[in-house]
Amino acid sequence: MHRTKVRIVEDALDANHTIAMANRDDFDREDVTVVNLMSAPGAGKTTLLERALDGLAEEGLRVGVLEGDVAGSFDADRLSVLNIPVTQLNTDNGFGGECHLDANMVRSGLAELALDDIDILVIENVGNLVCPAEFKVGEDARVMVYAVTEGEEKPLKYPLMFRSADLVLINKVDLLEHLDFDLEQFLGNLDAVNPGVERILASARTGQGMEEWCSWLQRRKG
Amino acid sequence: MHEFDLSSAIVATVKKHAGERKVTHVTLRIGRLRQVVKDTLEFYVAIVGKDTVVEGATLQIIDVPAVLRCKTCKNEWEIEIPAFICPSCGPGAVEVATGEEFMVESIEVEDEESAACTAPR
Repeated sequence: MHRTKVRIVEDALDANHTIAMANRDDFDREDVTVVNLMSAPGAGKTTLLERALDGLAEEGLRVGVLEGDVAGSFDADRLSVLNIPVTQLNTDNGFGGECHLDANMVRSGLAELALDDIDILVIENVGNLVCPAEFKVGEDARVMVYAVTEGEEKPLKYPLMFRSADLVLINKVDLLEHLDFDLEQFLGNLDAVNPGVERILASARTGQGMEEWCSWLQRRKG
Repeated sequence: MHEFDLSSAIVATVKKHAGERKVTHVTLRIGRLRQVVKDTLEFYVAIVGKDTVVEGATLQIIDVPAVLRCKTCKNEWEIEIPAFICPSCGPGAVEVATGEEFMVESIEVEDEESAACTAPR
């Protein structure tokens, strides 16, 4: 028996990237714009999505949703009453449930979605500020929801996520007057990790920023 | 906890290249921007690799520093904290030169002596 060294030099996530590209090909073929929506749990992804739907419907844009959760279908149930195609992806497959969606999980959900009836597909990722940033799923853009209740330092603690975002929705700004939250400091931290990234001050509760959010999605659709 | 899935990706990549051969050592090259906790990664590789050719393999992780490059002045510098701003030109076109790697660099496998001798040269 002897030992041989084998040089590999391969990105360990190549398998995921390959499937992500296959997803992307399917999306492009059907002219679907895909947004990967990410945040910590409870930041407001589902509510911001609900708020955007009316505005997008008025513009004649058809939205579909892939809903990723560790378990349960609470968010999918919320959205399905709005008469849009929603597919639930549960990641609980043995080891307590995956904390993110990967390209293969998204691919498994595509079979149930009629892509030719969808203009914008929103993939609502599992609430988590680390893992979803690692795994491309074939998206055109990454939107991150951040709630002002999370603290100013989060971009510095989770740079991988904040750096990968094309848009940051700064949600729950209606609470600012009740919080010791320094918005300027947060924006400084955001610019330190992702200089000049597009951002919208939003409140799903009061409606602030919702027009901008809708316009952004429309522009991405192009 | 992304280390668990990253471990699965590593073990899958190693198994693909090792085939039936037993793996004794794995060398990884991981950039500092990946936010990987080494001890956790090692712990999970051992779990995910159990009952496979990877079981018992030692793991070596080569740390790749986070180096940024300014597209304007072409300067390169290493960062210790997440600050993607050029010290001379300020915020603007900064790109990552190194630090985002997540590579399986090499593996060491056990070959049957006879198989090694008859292998095509």
